[in-house]
Amino acid sequence: MGAYNWNWPILLKEPYFGWIVSGFGNTCLIAVIAWAIAFPLGSAVGLARTTELPWLRLIGTAYVELFRNIPLLAQMFVWYYVVPELLPNDWSQWVKRDMPYPQFYTAVLCLGLYTASRVAEQVRSGIEAIPRGQRHAGLAMGLTPGQVYRYILLPVGYRTIIPPLTSDFLGVFKNSSLALTIGVLELTSQARQIEEYTFAAFEAFATATVLYCMVTGLVILIMRQVERRTRIAGTIALGAS
Amino acid sequence: MIEVKNVSKWYSSFRVLDNCSLAIAKGEVVVICGPSGSGKSTLIKCINGLEPFTQGSIAVDGISVGDRSTNLPKLRARIGMVFQNFELFPHMTARQNIMLAQQKVLNRDNAAADRKAQELLDRIGLADHAGKYPAQLSGGQQQRVAIARALAMDPIAMLFDEPTSALDPEMITEVLDVMVRLALDGMTMAVVTHEMGFARKVAHRVVFMDQGTIVEDAPKEEFFGTPRSERAQQFLSKILQH
Repeated sequence: MGAYNWNWPILLKEPYFGWIVSGFGNTCLIAVIAWAIAFPLGSAVGLARTTELPWLRLIGTAYVELFRNIPLLAQMFVWYYVVPELLPNDWSQWVKRDMPYPQFYTAVLCLGLYTASRVAEQVRSGIEAIPRGQRHAGLAMGLTPGQVYRYILLPVGYRTIIPPLTSDFLGVFKNSSLALTIGVLELTSQARQIEEYTFAAFEAFATATVLYCMVTGLVILIMRQVERRTRIAGTIALGAS
Repeated sequence: MIEVKNVSKWYSSFRVLDNCSLAIAKGEVVVICGPSGSGKSTLIKCINGLEPFTQGSIAVDGISVGDRSTNLPKLRARIGMVFQNFELFPHMTARQNIMLAQQKVLNRDNAAADRKAQELLDRIGLADHAGKYPAQLSGGQQQRVAIARALAMDPIAMLFDEPTSALDPEMITEVLDVMVRLALDGMTMAVVTHEMGFARKVAHRVVFMDQGTIVEDAPKEEFFGTPRSERAQQFLSKILQH
C-alpha cells in the first residue's frame, strides 16, 4: 500500500463542510423524531401486553412480533416502495407526488415504528419484573387499574429499564444511517458522498465516526445522571456508579 | 359484615376452595389457620375481589363482591388489607405510601392526608421514620407502615394475609402488638396466621382450613380446648409442640 495522502483541510471547504453539517443535522433530527414516536407508542404497546385484557395483549404481541422480526432494512424498503402502492388512490397520489421530503418522513416513520417494538419489550419486562403483590396492594386500597399503572407500576418499571432504554435510544440514532438506502442525506450518506467527490475516504468516515461517538457519549452521560437522580433511596444500583 | 356463602374456586381442574362458608360480624376478630396450600390466602383475597371465585357469593357490608356491576375499587377502599410481603411502594417514603390512596381514592387534600399519615405514624411508633423509603426500614417497620397505610382509609374491616410470616422472630412481636391494639379497639378483622398466641389473646373465633375446605369454625376456647376434627387436632399438636 502506498503512502496515503491525508487531506483533512478539505473537510472544512465548501460544499463538503456544509454536507457534513447538514448530514449530521439530519441524523439527529431523524433519531429524535423517531424516538418521539417510539417512546410513547412502545410504552403503550408494552403496557398493553401487561394488562389483563386478552384482546389488548394480543394487539400488543402482534405489533411486537411483526416489527421486531423483519429486518430493519427490509422494513425501510417496504415503507418506501411498497406501502405507497397499497394506499387508497388519493393518498397514494399525495404520498408520491405532493408529500414534502418523502424519504425523510418515511425513514422517520419506519425507524420510529421499529424502535417502538423494542421499547415495548423493555417496558413490558420492566413492569413484569415488579412483584405481583404490588399490583394487589394498589388495587386493595381502592386504586383503579389505571391508577395502579400510573402511580406504582410505571414509575417503578421505568426506573428499572433506564439502562436498556438508553441502548435503544443509541440504537435509533445509529440505525438512522439505514435511511441512506432510500436516499436520505444523513451523516453516513454525506460521508460517502464526500468520499466519492474527493477520495478522502478516511477523513470523511473518521469524521462521521467521531460525530456518532460524540452524540452517543453525550447521551450515555446524560442517562447516567438520570439514573442517579431517579434511584430510589436505600436500593443499590451498581451500574450507575 | 362479611358473608362468604358456599364459595368454590377452581384453577382449571384443581379445586382451591371447596364450598366455603364463613360469616364475620362487626367487631369480630377471626383467625384463619391451616397447613400451607389449604386455601387460606385465596379465601381472604376473594373477600376483596383480588382473586375471582367460580361459585358462591361473598358480600361485604351488604355489597356483593362477585357481582359484575359492583364498583370494586370503591368497595376495596373500605376494606384494608395487609400482605405477607408488606408491599409498600418502593419509590415512595413511608408518609407518601400512607398518603397515596387517601388522595387518589378518597380525594383528601394534601394537608388532611398528611395529618392522617402523621397521626398514624405516631400511633405505630414510627413518627421519626416518615421520610424514609421502604428499603431503609426493617421488615417489622415496613409491615407497621403497611398497616398504617390500610388504616388511613378508615376501613370498616381489615384483612391480614400472613402478616408476620416473612418476619424475623423479634419483629413479629412489634407487628402483633399493633394488631392486638387494633383488635382491642373493636376493628373487624380476618387474619390468616399461624400465630396461635395472637389467636388466644384476641380472636373471637378460629377457622381451620384444609385442602380448600373449612374443616372447623369454632369459638376460640372451643378450638384450643377440644377441636372437633382430627385434622385440626393434628395441626394444633404440631404447631404448639415447640
